[in-house]
Amino acid sequence: MSFDTTQVNGQAELKETLRTDELLLNMGPQHPSTHGVLRVVVTTDGEIVKDARPEIGYLHRCFEKHAENSEYIAVSPYVDRLDYLASMNNSMGYAIAVESLLGIEVPRRAEFIRVIISELQRIASHLMSYGTYGLDMGAFTAFMYGFRDREMILDIFEKISGARLLYNYMWIGGTYRDITPEIIKQIKDFLIYFKPKVEEYNNLVTYNKIFLERTRNIGVIDLKMCHSYGLTGVMLRGAGLKWDLRKDHPYSIYKEVEFDVPVGTGQMGTLGDCWDRHIVRMNEMIQSIRIIEQLIDGIPEGPHRAKVGKVIKPPAGEVYSRTECPRGELGFYLISDGSGKPYRVRCKSPCFMNISTLNELSQGVMVADLIATIGSLDIVLGEVDR
Amino acid sequence: MTFEDIFLKLSQKFPQAILGKEETKPDASIKVSPEGIRAVIQFLRDELQFETLHLVSGVDYPALPALCVVYHPGSYTHKIVLSLKVYLPRTDEAKVQSVCDLFKAANWHERETFDMYGIQFVNHPDHRRILCPEDWQGFPLRKDYVTPDYYNGMPVPLFFEESTPSEGGTH
Repeated sequence: MSFDTTQVNGQAELKETLRTDELLLNMGPQHPSTHGVLRVVVTTDGEIVKDARPEIGYLHRCFEKHAENSEYIAVSPYVDRLDYLASMNNSMGYAIAVESLLGIEVPRRAEFIRVIISELQRIASHLMSYGTYGLDMGAFTAFMYGFRDREMILDIFEKISGARLLYNYMWIGGTYRDITPEIIKQIKDFLIYFKPKVEEYNNLVTYNKIFLERTRNIGVIDLKMCHSYGLTGVMLRGAGLKWDLRKDHPYSIYKEVEFDVPVGTGQMGTLGDCWDRHIVRMNEMIQSIRIIEQLIDGIPEGPHRAKVGKVIKPPAGEVYSRTECPRGELGFYLISDGSGKPYRVRCKSPCFMNISTLNELSQGVMVADLIATIGSLDIVLGEVDR
Repeated sequence: MTFEDIFLKLSQKFPQAILGKEETKPDASIKVSPEGIRAVIQFLRDELQFETLHLVSGVDYPALPALCVVYHPGSYTHKIVLSLKVYLPRTDEAKVQSVCDLFKAANWHERETFDMYGIQFVNHPDHRRILCPEDWQGFPLRKDYVTPDYYNGMPVPLFFEESTPSEGGTH
C-alpha cells in the first residue's frame, strides 16, 4: 500500500487505492470441514475463491496391493475399511463380485439378511451425512440428532457382528452369522421409532430458512457434468436422472421389493444444487425403511451361507461388478488367474470421482459456499485414498 | 444393445484399431490398439450413447510381458458397461493417448494409473502422481515392485512388529 498525497485547494487528498492481492490458503489436512484428511489448496481474492485444488493421498495404504497379496476371503476386512461409514455396503459389493466370479448362488435367507442390513447401513450413513452437513452449516443440533439415531443402528450391528464400525459381516457366499428373532424384533422397534423422524429432521434442517439460503443455487452439478466426471449415486439423482442400480441393474433381491427412486427437482433453487442432493439423501432414508419393512417379516428359513469351502479359488476370469452404495456406485474390477489370491483388484470409488469435481465447482464462489459444496459431496477419505 | 452388437459395430467402424475380443468369463472385453483407443472412446460417446467413463485402471502382466490399460465406459441408455483393453510394452516408456478431454473422469484415473504403473498418458493436462508422495520411487502395483526400506530417511514399516516397552519409563 502506498500513499500519494497532493494538495488540492490547501487540503490533502488520498489518491492511491488499496492494492489487492491473491492469498494462498491451505484448508486441511486437519480441518473440521474437510471430513477427514483432505487438503485443499485454495487461492482466494478477498472472500472469493479463485481456485481450489484438492490434494489427496494422506490416507493412502495401497489397498489394491494388499489385496493382491491376500486370499480372497482376507480381502474382505480391507474392503470394510474403504468407506468406513458404510462398511456393510462395501463388503457386500466385494462379496457379490467374487460370487459372480465363482458363479455361485447365495441362499435366499442370506440375500434377505444382506439387503436388510445394507439398507440399515444406508440409513446410518445418510444420518451421518445429515449430521455433519448440518454441522458444516452451523446447525449443531442436527449433528446430535443424527448421531443419536445412528447409534441405535450401530447397536443392532454390534449384536449381529460384534463390532460397531468395521463388521466383517458380509462374507463370500452369505453372511458371517445368522440373524436371531431377537435382532429382528430390535430392527422392527427401530423402524417404528425412526419412521416419523425423517420428517422431523426435514422440519428442523432441510426447510430451515438459513439452511435453504446456504445450500440452494450453490454447487450446481448438472447432468452433463455428472456424465463427464463419471459421478454416480446421489450426485446423479440430485441432477435429475432417475438411475439407481438397485432398480435399473438389479442385484441380490432388489427386483422383488417395491421402492421409489428419489430425484432432485430443483424445487428450491437450481436443479442439481446442494439442497437437491441433501433432499435426495433424506428421501432415500424413507425408501430404505420401505424396503426393510417389506422384507423383515418374510425372511425364509435355511442356511445363511453357501458352502464355498475354506480356500476360495475362482476359475480364471474377469468381472466388473457394481453395487449401489450410499455414496454412489462402488465398482470392483477383479481379475482371477485361477489361484487362491486375486490377480488384480481394482476398486472404483465413488468418492474419488465426487471430490475430483471440486476444482470446477469452486471457481469464483465464496469461501463459505466452498464449505457447503464439500459437505454436500459427502466424501469419505478412506475411500478416496484407498 | 448387447456386447456382441457393440463389438460388431466397433469392428466395422475401426477394422484396424479393434484387435479382437477376449472371451473371459463372466465379463468379456474388447482389445484395442494403443493408437486407436481415443477414437474408439470418442465414437462410443458420440454415436453409441456411452455417456460416461466409469473407470480407467492398469494391469501388469509380467508373463506376457505387457502393461495393460483397461477402460470401462458405461451407458445409461443401454444399461451396459464395456471393458476395453489396451496392451502396451512393459517398459518405462509405455505410452497411450489421454482421453481427459473426452471425459473429465479420466483425469484423476489416469493420474492414478501413472502413479501405480508408470504408464505415460500423452497430452494429459496435469501429469503428476496423485496418491503417493511426489518424490516416491517406483510404481507400487507392478508385480516386481520391491517396497523400499526407507523413504526420505524414515523406515517404511512392512509388518507390525511386537512393540517393545520403551526404556526407562518417565512416569
